[in-house]
Amino acid sequence: MELLQRFLKGDKPAIARVITKIENGTDPKLLEEIFPHTGNAYFIGITGPPGAGKSSLVNAIVPKLLENNKKVGIIAVDPTSPFSGGALLGDRIRMNDLALNENVFIRSMATRGSLGGLASKTKDIALVLDAAGFDYVLIETVGVGQIELDIAQVCDTTVVVLVPESGDAIQAMKAGILEVADILVVNKGDRSGADRLILEMKFAFELRDEKINWQIPILKTVAIENQGIEKLASTVKFHKEYLERSGEIEIERKNKLVLRVNELIEEKIKTHLHNYIIDQKQLKKMIDKAYERKITPHYITDEIVKKMFLKKEV
Amino acid sequence: MNKKIRILIGKPGLDGHDRGAKVIAAALRDAGFEVIYTGLHQLSESIVEAAIQEDVDIIGLSILSGAHMTIFPKILELLKQKNAEHIIVIGGGIIPEEDIKKLLKMGVKRIFTPGAPTNDIVDYIKSIIR
Repeated sequence: MELLQRFLKGDKPAIARVITKIENGTDPKLLEEIFPHTGNAYFIGITGPPGAGKSSLVNAIVPKLLENNKKVGIIAVDPTSPFSGGALLGDRIRMNDLALNENVFIRSMATRGSLGGLASKTKDIALVLDAAGFDYVLIETVGVGQIELDIAQVCDTTVVVLVPESGDAIQAMKAGILEVADILVVNKGDRSGADRLILEMKFAFELRDEKINWQIPILKTVAIENQGIEKLASTVKFHKEYLERSGEIEIERKNKLVLRVNELIEEKIKTHLHNYIIDQKQLKKMIDKAYERKITPHYITDEIVKKMFLKKEV
Repeated sequence: MNKKIRILIGKPGLDGHDRGAKVIAAALRDAGFEVIYTGLHQLSESIVEAAIQEDVDIIGLSILSGAHMTIFPKILELLKQKNAEHIIVIGGGIIPEEDIKKLLKMGVKRIFTPGAPTNDIVDYIKSIIR
């Protein structure tokens, strides 16, 4: 049987192979073929600093999401070493309870290259799982940096996970993660400092500019003990209902499509820029001049951009 | 193109000695592979299912418990049942010479024994995947 047919029937090896093809960019037509089958899954992002317990939380919450015969796809992202290009993907270690469940599919992903690589491929792979018929798609992010915000752009519900060791609320406000949170979880809630952090976060949220009607819930969990998980699952479902009832889901998803298009435009321009448009020899000459302080980097940039827009093909 | 070698390193069965598996996993990562490490005490079924979902090129099993003559054939059999025979199986551990011969005959591609330099393992994997 054709790969695509097997894929649409939910055949796991076929799903795995489609993901590989999309990830490696070996079959550009494939995404077009599966795209009409997307739009049915609900995307949940789990993000937070390394060691916060994101994988353990996924392991704990998935059984709740599986209730009523639902299917859950999981993408677990870990970083690629910028030095070797290799990656150690260890999120499965903490998801053992799910490994053999018929209705669960887990895929580990390395961040790979830099030029928008991670975020972009992760979003496409989320679409693959959507098309494959999963009701929920969970994306667990690396836990560092800008990428988190990026992932939040595809998720309907973004859960930000903190631990008492994450530091005080000011740290969290600096990191910019509050802006993306729909639900905030303080995991390892049995450790000292958990209640203090929750209180601080409540104050921090009060300072937020309230433009939406959704009050961000702050929940306490102990993922490995399964504490607070029921509440977290019901809060996720409640957020889903809220978005659907208020009609926000449509607005949000359209916004996300706009962001996605913008992002793809940027990516494409970047690739072209690096591959074709910049004349490396000329650039080197200009860099030499800039090194001698004869011209500024800004001047070089203007020259390149001017040339870029005179080019017919982009 | 971004084709990367993907390998699953598994510790099947009850043996709790994962130092070797971790050393190998780190060495393969440093060689530029994407290494999926599944942790200790894995069922053969979980390893095969993970290998399929992760679409790995190769499974590397670390077995120091003496159960190699049970576990390797089981993994090979499960791969066959699941139509995933394209996934290459290699292994490492304390495995006697005469057993190695039998395992290779069954379809295990290569067994590395203690003292094998990590470079050799990396080079071997590159040579069979490329």
